[in-house]
Amino acid sequence: MVDIPYDRIADIPPAEVPDVELYHPRSWWTRYVFSQDAKVIAIQYALTASAIGLVALVLSWLMRLQLGFPGTFSFIDPNQYLQLITMHGMIMVIYLLTALFLGGFGNYLIPLMVGARDMVFPYVNMLSYWVYLLAVLVLASTFFVPGGPTGAGWTLYPPQAILSGTPGQDWGIILMMSSLILFIIGFTMGGLNYVVTVLQARTRGMTLMRLPLTVWGIFTATVMALLAFPALFVASVMLLLDRLLGTSFFMPSLVEMGQLSKYGGGSPLLFQHLFWFFGHPEVYIVALPAFGIVSDLISTHARKNIFGYRMMVWAIVAIGALSFLVWAHHMYVSGMFPQFGYFFATTTLIIAIPTAIKVYNWVLTLWRGDIHLRVPMLFALGFIITFVNGGLTGLFLGNVVVDVPLSDTMFVVAHFHMVMGVAPIMVVLGAIYHWYPKVTGRMLNDVLGKFHFWVTFLGAYLIFFPMHYLGLLGVPRRYFELGDAAFIPPSAHSLNAFISVVALTVGFSQMVFLFNLAWSLFKGKASGGNPWRATTLEWQTPETPPGHGNWGKELPVVYRWAYDYSVPGAEEDFIPQNQPPRATQVVQGAAS
Amino acid sequence: MVVALILLLVAIGSVLFHIYSPWWWTPIATNWAYIDHTINITFWITGFVFVAVIAFMAYCVFRFHHKEGRRADYNPENKRLEWWLSVGTGVGVAAMLAPGLVVWHQFVNVPADATEVEVMGQQWQWSFRLPGKDGRLGTSDVRNISSDNPMGLNRDDPLAQDDVVIENGELHLQLGKPVKILLRSVDVLHDFYVPEFRAKMDMVPGVVTYFWIKPIRTGTFDVLCAELCGAAHYQMRAKVIVDEEREYHAWLEQQKTFAELSSGNAIVKATYQSGGK
Repeated sequence: MVDIPYDRIADIPPAEVPDVELYHPRSWWTRYVFSQDAKVIAIQYALTASAIGLVALVLSWLMRLQLGFPGTFSFIDPNQYLQLITMHGMIMVIYLLTALFLGGFGNYLIPLMVGARDMVFPYVNMLSYWVYLLAVLVLASTFFVPGGPTGAGWTLYPPQAILSGTPGQDWGIILMMSSLILFIIGFTMGGLNYVVTVLQARTRGMTLMRLPLTVWGIFTATVMALLAFPALFVASVMLLLDRLLGTSFFMPSLVEMGQLSKYGGGSPLLFQHLFWFFGHPEVYIVALPAFGIVSDLISTHARKNIFGYRMMVWAIVAIGALSFLVWAHHMYVSGMFPQFGYFFATTTLIIAIPTAIKVYNWVLTLWRGDIHLRVPMLFALGFIITFVNGGLTGLFLGNVVVDVPLSDTMFVVAHFHMVMGVAPIMVVLGAIYHWYPKVTGRMLNDVLGKFHFWVTFLGAYLIFFPMHYLGLLGVPRRYFELGDAAFIPPSAHSLNAFISVVALTVGFSQMVFLFNLAWSLFKGKASGGNPWRATTLEWQTPETPPGHGNWGKELPVVYRWAYDYSVPGAEEDFIPQNQPPRATQVVQGAAS
Repeated sequence: MVVALILLLVAIGSVLFHIYSPWWWTPIATNWAYIDHTINITFWITGFVFVAVIAFMAYCVFRFHHKEGRRADYNPENKRLEWWLSVGTGVGVAAMLAPGLVVWHQFVNVPADATEVEVMGQQWQWSFRLPGKDGRLGTSDVRNISSDNPMGLNRDDPLAQDDVVIENGELHLQLGKPVKILLRSVDVLHDFYVPEFRAKMDMVPGVVTYFWIKPIRTGTFDVLCAELCGAAHYQMRAKVIVDEEREYHAWLEQQKTFAELSSGNAIVKATYQSGGK
C-alpha cells in the first residue's frame, strides 16, 4: 500500500508560537453578552439573524394568504401587502442570509478552521455585532412607527420610495435607510476582521491552498462585500438626503399627487446602478459561503476528497471577480442605454462557466464515494438540485432579450427564490445539522431532521418550480391581486392557492426544526469531538464545545490539505489536517 | 434506494410538468416570435443539463451509498475531464447567447418606417398620444402639466397642436404597421406591459424610453404596469386594441387633438375668468 498524498507533506517542526494575549472575560456579562470571543459573537449573530428571519418567514405567510386567497383576508390591504413584500425581501437577503453566513458561520468557523485562537480584532468584532443588532432593532421598529414600514419593494427604487404614493413614506423609508447604513458599518467592522484573520492568523502549515473551501467561500464573499456594500451605503445616504433635505440626486422634475414637486435634475437610473452594483455581488455574497460550506458537507459525508479542489478555489475567485461586471442585467428593461445589453448579457452568461464547474465537481465528488445519507448530506443534495434549477433559469434572465418578456413577472420571483433563497437555506440548515455537535456537544435528532429535510426540500420545490410557469404566462410580480385580465385563466388562481398551502406547510415544518434545536440542546445524544470523522481543524479541538482560545496550550500544526478522506493505505478513512505524516507511509512513487 | 428514486422523480416530474403544464405563454401578437424561439432554445439546453446532472447525482446516490466495507476512491482531480466539461459548458452558453444577442440587436434597432406613439404613465393611469397629420409628436414637459393639459404638451409648439391626446382611454394600433412606442412618466417608474407583445420597457420620469413592435394579429389586449409604482400598482390597467387598417382610421377620426381639447378648455376658462371679475 502506498500513501499518495495530494500535496507535499512536509515534516513541519512543532510551532514555537508565542502565547497570544487574549482578552479574558472577568464576569458573566463579558463572557456571554459583551463577549469578544468569536464563537460567542457567532452565536449572537446567528440567533439575532434567525429571530428576524422568523419575522420575515411570518410575513411571507401573510403574503401567500393574500396571493392564494385574494379577498378572503380583510386585514391585508394593498399598502400592507407592499410593506410585507418589502420587509420580507430586505430581511431575508441582508439581515438574515448575509448576517448568518458571514457574521454567524464566518465568526464561528474561520478561527477554528484556520487554526487561530480568535479573530484578530476581538473588540471590533464585538462592536460589529452590537451595531448589527442596533440595525435590526431600527428595522424592526418600523413596524411600530406611524405609517408603518416602507412599501417601496426591497429594491427601494426612487422616485416612488420617497413619494407619498408609497406606504411608509414618512418614517418607514427613513428608518430603512438608517438601518441599512448601520448594517453596513457593523458589517465592515466584522468583515475586515474575517479578511485579516484569514490572511494573517492561519496556523503553521495552513497554506492558502490547504484551506477548507468553507473558508475560501466566506473569505471571498467578505472581500466582495467590503467592495460592494459601499455602493449601497452611498445610495442610502443620497436617498436619505433626497428625502430629508430635498436634494435631487435621484429625483427629476416630477408631479407628486397632481402637484409639481420641488425636485428636479436627478436621475432615478443612477440609484438603480448603485443599488445593483451592490445588489448583484450580494447574490454571490450569499452564494459563495454556501458553495464553500456545501463542498465540505459533501466531501465529509461522501468520505471522499472534494473533486478538483484547485479548480474549485479558482472558480470561487473567478465568480467573485466576474460578479462585479454583471450588475446591469437587473436593468435590461430599466430604460438604460440599450447597447449595454450586449456587454452585460455576455458577462452574465460567462459566469455560468465557473458556476457549472462547481456543480460538476460536487456531483463528481459523489462518484465512487462512500455516501452516508445523513441529514447534512441530504440537505447538500437538496442544495444541488435547487441550485442547478435556479442557476439554469438564470440563463434565461441573463440573456438580455429573453429577459424582456420575463422580467418583472413571477418567473423572476421563482428564479431568485430558488437560487438565493431555497438553495442557500438548504446549506444553512445542512450546516447547522453538521456543526451543531461542535457548538453544543450534542447531536440533533435524526428522525426529526429527516422529516424536516423532506418537507422543506420537496415543499420548497413544489412552491417555486410551478411558479416559473405563472411568470411564463405573464403574471406580474408585486401584485396585491391579479384582478381581471383576459390572459390569466382560473387555473392560475388555483395554482396560487396550491402554492400558498404548501408554503404554509413548509413554514410550519420549521417549527419542528426549532423544537429539535431546543430539545437536543438538553436531551441530544452526546456527540464527542468529531462525530462525522472529519479532517478539518475545527473537529480536532481539545474540548467540545471549544473553549476560549480554541486550542489549549499549543496551536495545531497543519501537514496536509483538508480533504484526506479514504487515502489508500491509511488505516482510517480520514486523516485530520494536523496529523503528521508517519515514517512508514512516506511517499513511494507518488506518480502512480 | 428511496433517496435516489426521489431525486430522479424530481427531475422526471419537472420535465413532465413542463410538457403538460396548462400554464404557458400567451399567444403572441407581435413580430417578437424570435424571443419565444430563443426561450425555447434555452429550455432545451438547460433542460438537458438539469436532467443530466440530477440523473447522474441520483445514480451516484444509488450506486455508492454507504454499505459495510465500502471505501471511497481517492481521486483529487482530473484535469482533462475538467477542461472538457468547461469547454462543453462554454459551447452550450454560446448556443444560447448568440441567438439572444442577434435578437437583441433587432430589438433595439427600430425600423425606419415605424410610426411613433407615446404612452405616458402616472399614478395610476395611462395616457396615450399619437402624432397628427404632420406625423410628428410635439414637445412636452412635466412643468406644463395642468388640469387642462394632463400630458404636459408645449402649447407654443406647432407640432403639438394636432397631436391626438387620449387620457385614460384605450390605445388602438394598426395591424402590420411597425410602431415605435415612446414611453414617458410624470411621477415614478412604471412599465408598459402587454404580455402578448413580449416587449416591455420601464418608463422613467425625466427621460423618454422606447421599444418597437409590429402587431401581427387583431384583438384586445390588457395593459398592465410591470414596475412597482405605489399603492395602486396592481390596478393600473388599460387596453390596447389592434385593428385592421379601416377600423383603425375610423377610430382615429373620432379622437380629439390637443388643439381641440385645449380650445374647448380655453373657452371654459375664459368664461370662468370673466364671470369671476
